[in-house]
Amino acid sequence: MAMAMAIEVSIWRGRANGRYQTFTVPLDQSQTVLDVVTWVQRKLDPTLAYRFACRVGMCGSCAMTVNGRPRWTCRTHISKVVEAGRVEIGPLANMPIIKDLVCDMAEFFAKWQRAKGAFAPGKSRHDPIERISPAAAERVAADAAIECINCAVCYAACDTVRWNENYLGPAALNRAWTLVNDVRDAGQRERLAALAADGGCHACHSHHSCQEHCPKALSPVRSIAGLKRRSLEAYVRGEL
Amino acid sequence: MKSHTTAHRKSGLWIAAMVHRLSGLALACFLPLHFLALGLAIDGEAQLDRFLAWTANPWVKLAETTLVFLLTVHLLGGVRVLLLETLPWREGHKQLATAAVAAAALAAIAFLVRAA
Ligand code: SF4
Ligand code: SF4
Ligand code: FES
Repeated sequence: MAMAMAIEVSIWRGRANGRYQTFTVPLDQSQTVLDVVTWVQRKLDPTLAYRFACRVGMCGSCAMTVNGRPRWTCRTHISKVVEAGRVEIGPLANMPIIKDLVCDMAEFFAKWQRAKGAFAPGKSRHDPIERISPAAAERVAADAAIECINCAVCYAACDTVRWNENYLGPAALNRAWTLVNDVRDAGQRERLAALAADGGCHACHSHHSCQEHCPKALSPVRSIAGLKRRSLEAYVRGEL
Repeated sequence: MKSHTTAHRKSGLWIAAMVHRLSGLALACFLPLHFLALGLAIDGEAQLDRFLAWTANPWVKLAETTLVFLLTVHLLGGVRVLLLETLPWREGHKQLATAAVAAAALAAIAFLVRAA
């Protein structure tokens, strides 16, 4: 069926107490949700605030809520999400809104720090470079999880994040899982302690919403289940 | 913001987690009553007869059937989560959760048929 020539686009304006504003946007071939937002900002209202950078699904900065579902907008065709000639675009949930489609990700990234999501070096430049075989069990375990682009789609889709402000969230825990499997890392004990603490991996209810929404088809819930196992093993061994 | 935050709740595994939670809550309310009734029943024969007559009431039967469903679905749901959290990862949790609900429904129906 041929698509209509134009669609009604409702875009969130203002902060938490803002409202949706509706624009009419002409349809184009292979148009993405991000293209639609950009068209509105360039042609109708230059004060519209939104984020993007790469436009090809690499940087993770363009995520928004489209018809109630968090998505990466640069890789989502508008034809896929339009319902009866309409689409609703809002900022990601679970983060404070700065303006329009831009939310404040400070807490999201602070949680990466709390999850000890940074590599802890244990060697100096004088040591030989460690060889990691692509077939090593740890490397294989982290294979998928390292593809995360930090888009926060999973974080916005997670009800445990919504209900428990302490919860580190799927993205930070997924990142931690990649490091837990990094044999070069020297901060494993502290990391596992941070991950097993209140608000850590054990707070996850295995809803799988993170896995269902991740645009990179990653499975944070799988990484988190791995963390639950690792911390249980460490606890049994008396290391935690 | 209205529709912003609910689309993910249509997923089967989100519903499974909610069923697990709510069945747990319902059991916590339901079970004390159940044991209270049983406790009264074993107080004496006359009491027991009265209790048995009471359990013949279709509403009581329905309530007990619900209890059987809640117990089974909560038990199997709990086993699924334990498997997920302690064994190496495997896909197919949607199917497992569906099977748990189906098994619980079967158990409840079997109970109802036998009780009727
Ligand atoms: S599985 Fe865990 S992290 Fe993923 S959405 Fe559910 S509660 Fe959040
Ligand atoms: S795990 Fe997926 S949804 Fe979550 S931040 Fe990474 S890429 Fe985005
Ligand atoms: S703009 Fe970079 S991922 Fe969409």
